[in-house]
Amino acid sequence: MLALIGRRLLIAIPTLFLVSLFVFSLQRALPGDPFLVIAGEERDPEVIARLRQIYRLDDPIVVQFFAWLGQVIQGDFGRSLRTGEPVLGLIIQKLGVTFQLAVASMLVAVGIGIPAGIIAARRKDTLADYSASAVALFGLSVPHFWLGIMLILLVSVELRWLPASGFESIFSDPRAAIERLIMPAFVLGGGLAASLMRHTRSAMLEVLQSDYVRTARAKGLAEDAVINRHALRNALVPIITLSTILFGELLAGAVLTEQVFTIPGFGKLIVDAVFNRDYGVVQGVVLCTAIGFIAMNLLADVLYILVNPRLRDS
Amino acid sequence: MAAIAAGAAKANLQGRGSLRKLLLSRSARIGGMIVLIFVAMALLAPLLPLTDPLKSNFLAIRKPPSELYWFGTDELGRDQVSRLVFGAQASLLAGIISVAIALAVGVPIGLIAGWYGGWIDVVISRVTEALLACPFLILAIALAAVLGPSLTNAMIAIGLSFAPILIRLVRGQVLAIKNEEFVDGARAIGGGKLYILFRHVAPNTLSPIIVQSTLFMAQAIVLEAALSFLGLGQQPPSPSWGQMLNVAKNFMEQAPWMSVAPGVAIFLAVLGFNLLGDGLRDALDPKES
Repeated sequence: MLALIGRRLLIAIPTLFLVSLFVFSLQRALPGDPFLVIAGEERDPEVIARLRQIYRLDDPIVVQFFAWLGQVIQGDFGRSLRTGEPVLGLIIQKLGVTFQLAVASMLVAVGIGIPAGIIAARRKDTLADYSASAVALFGLSVPHFWLGIMLILLVSVELRWLPASGFESIFSDPRAAIERLIMPAFVLGGGLAASLMRHTRSAMLEVLQSDYVRTARAKGLAEDAVINRHALRNALVPIITLSTILFGELLAGAVLTEQVFTIPGFGKLIVDAVFNRDYGVVQGVVLCTAIGFIAMNLLADVLYILVNPRLRDS
Repeated sequence: MAAIAAGAAKANLQGRGSLRKLLLSRSARIGGMIVLIFVAMALLAPLLPLTDPLKSNFLAIRKPPSELYWFGTDELGRDQVSRLVFGAQASLLAGIISVAIALAVGVPIGLIAGWYGGWIDVVISRVTEALLACPFLILAIALAAVLGPSLTNAMIAIGLSFAPILIRLVRGQVLAIKNEEFVDGARAIGGGKLYILFRHVAPNTLSPIIVQSTLFMAQAIVLEAALSFLGLGQQPPSPSWGQMLNVAKNFMEQAPWMSVAPGVAIFLAVLGFNLLGDGLRDALDPKES
C-alpha cells in the first residue's frame, strides 16, 4: 500500500516538472510588458530596468526557469506584480473561499447525483429512469454560467429570496454564508450531479447483472438488502474515486461561477490576473491547480485501494 | 491476405450496421436535427431578412420582446434575433475550427506514440499527462491570455486544450490493434511501417475519434461561450452567444431578456451535439452499446 503510494508519488514528479516548465514558458509568452503598467505614466527607463533586475527578467531563460523552480519548491511563488503581495499567500487566501464553494457544490452533486443514479438503475426503463436521465442530460448541456444568471434573475431579482452575489465565510456568519452559497453551489454542483448520476446508474446496472447479485436474490434475500448490502457497496467503488477527481475539477469550474456571483475566490483571481498581466499570479494559480489535480488523482488511486478489499489485501 | 480481406469485409459490414443503428437511434435523430437547424441558421444568416447585427439603433435601446423584436433589443438597440442568428456562425465556427485543430495535433501524435512506442511514446505520454493535469478551462484561459483575446485565439486555445485527450485516445486505440492479425498480415506482405500505420491502423481508430469529436463540438461551443463571457473570446461589436451574455450580465435588472435567448441557444446547440454524440457512441462503439 505504502509502496504503491510512493510509486505514484514518484511518477508525479516528472509530470509536475513538465507542468512547471509549461506554466513558466506560457507566462513568459504573455503579450505586453507588465512593467510598463507598474512603472506608471512616466515609464522611467531606470525604474523599468530596476524592476526587470529584481524579477530577473534579463537573465537567460534557462537561468530564470531554474531560479523560479527553486523558489517554488521552497514555497516562494514570487510576488504579485500589481500589489506586491506574496502569490502563495494570495492563493491560500482565495483558495479558502473557493474551497467552501467547492465543498458546498460537492454536497449538492453527491446528494443529488448518487441517489438519482441508484433510483434510475433500480427502476430501469420506467418513468423515474427516463426523468432522471433527461434531467442529467439537461445538467450536462446547460451552460452553468448562464444557469447562474437565470437563477439570479428569478431568485434574487424577481422573488428577492436570496442575495444575488457576494461571499461570507461560513466561520464568521454561517447564516449569511449559506444564503450566499446556495445558488452558486447549485449551479456548480448541478453539472457534476448529472455526471455522477450517469456514472452511478451505469455502475449499478452492471453490478445488478452480476452473478453474486443473482445468487443473493436466489437465496431469497429482500431486494433492499440485495441493493444496500451487495450491489451498492460494489457500485460505489468507482463512484468514490470519480468524486475525488471531480472535486479537483470543481476548483477549475469555479472560475465562471465566481465570475457570475462575484465571489472573490481562486477563479476570480486568475481572471483578474490575466487581464492585469500579473505573471506571478497566473503562474501560481495554474501551477496550484495542476498540483491540486495531480494530488486528487493520487487520492483517488489510494481511495480505490482502500475501499476495494481485493486490492487492499493483495 | 485472407486476414486483411476478412478485416476489410468485417469493417464494411460493421459500417453498414452502425449506420442502421445510428438512423434508428432516437437521440441521434433528435440531436442531428437540432444540429442541422443550427448549421442551416449559420449558413443562411446573410440571406435571411434580418437587420444588420452590428448596426446600433438608438431609438430602440433595450426594448423588451415584442412583435417587432421577438427577443427584444440590446443596450445599443440591436435586434437580438439578428445577433443570435449571426452569433451561431461564431459558435459553430469555434466548434469546427477548434475540433479541427485538436484533430490535426492530437491524431498524428497519438498515432506515432502508439505505433512507434519506446522513448517516443514515453516522452509524448509524459507531456500529455502534464497537459492533462491542467483542467480544460484553466488551460484555455491561460492560452487565450498568451495569444490575446479574440475569437481566433479562443479557437486555437480550445483546440490545443482538447489535443491531449485525443492523443491519449488514439494512442490507446493503436496499442489495442497494432498486434491484430490484419496488421500482422499487412506486415507479412511487405507493407512499410508508415504505410501500414496510415492505410490499415489509422482507419480502425476512426470510430472513437468521430464520437469524441462530436462531444468535443459540444464542449467547444460551451468553452467558446465561456471565454467570450470572460472577455477572452469574440470581441464586441461582433456577436457570439457568450459575448452577448457577457454584455447582458451588466443589464440583468434593466433588461433581463438580453440574458435569456443566447443562453437557450447555447443550451440547445450543446444538447444537439451531446445527443448526436450519444447516438454515435451507441452505433459505433460495440463496447458502449
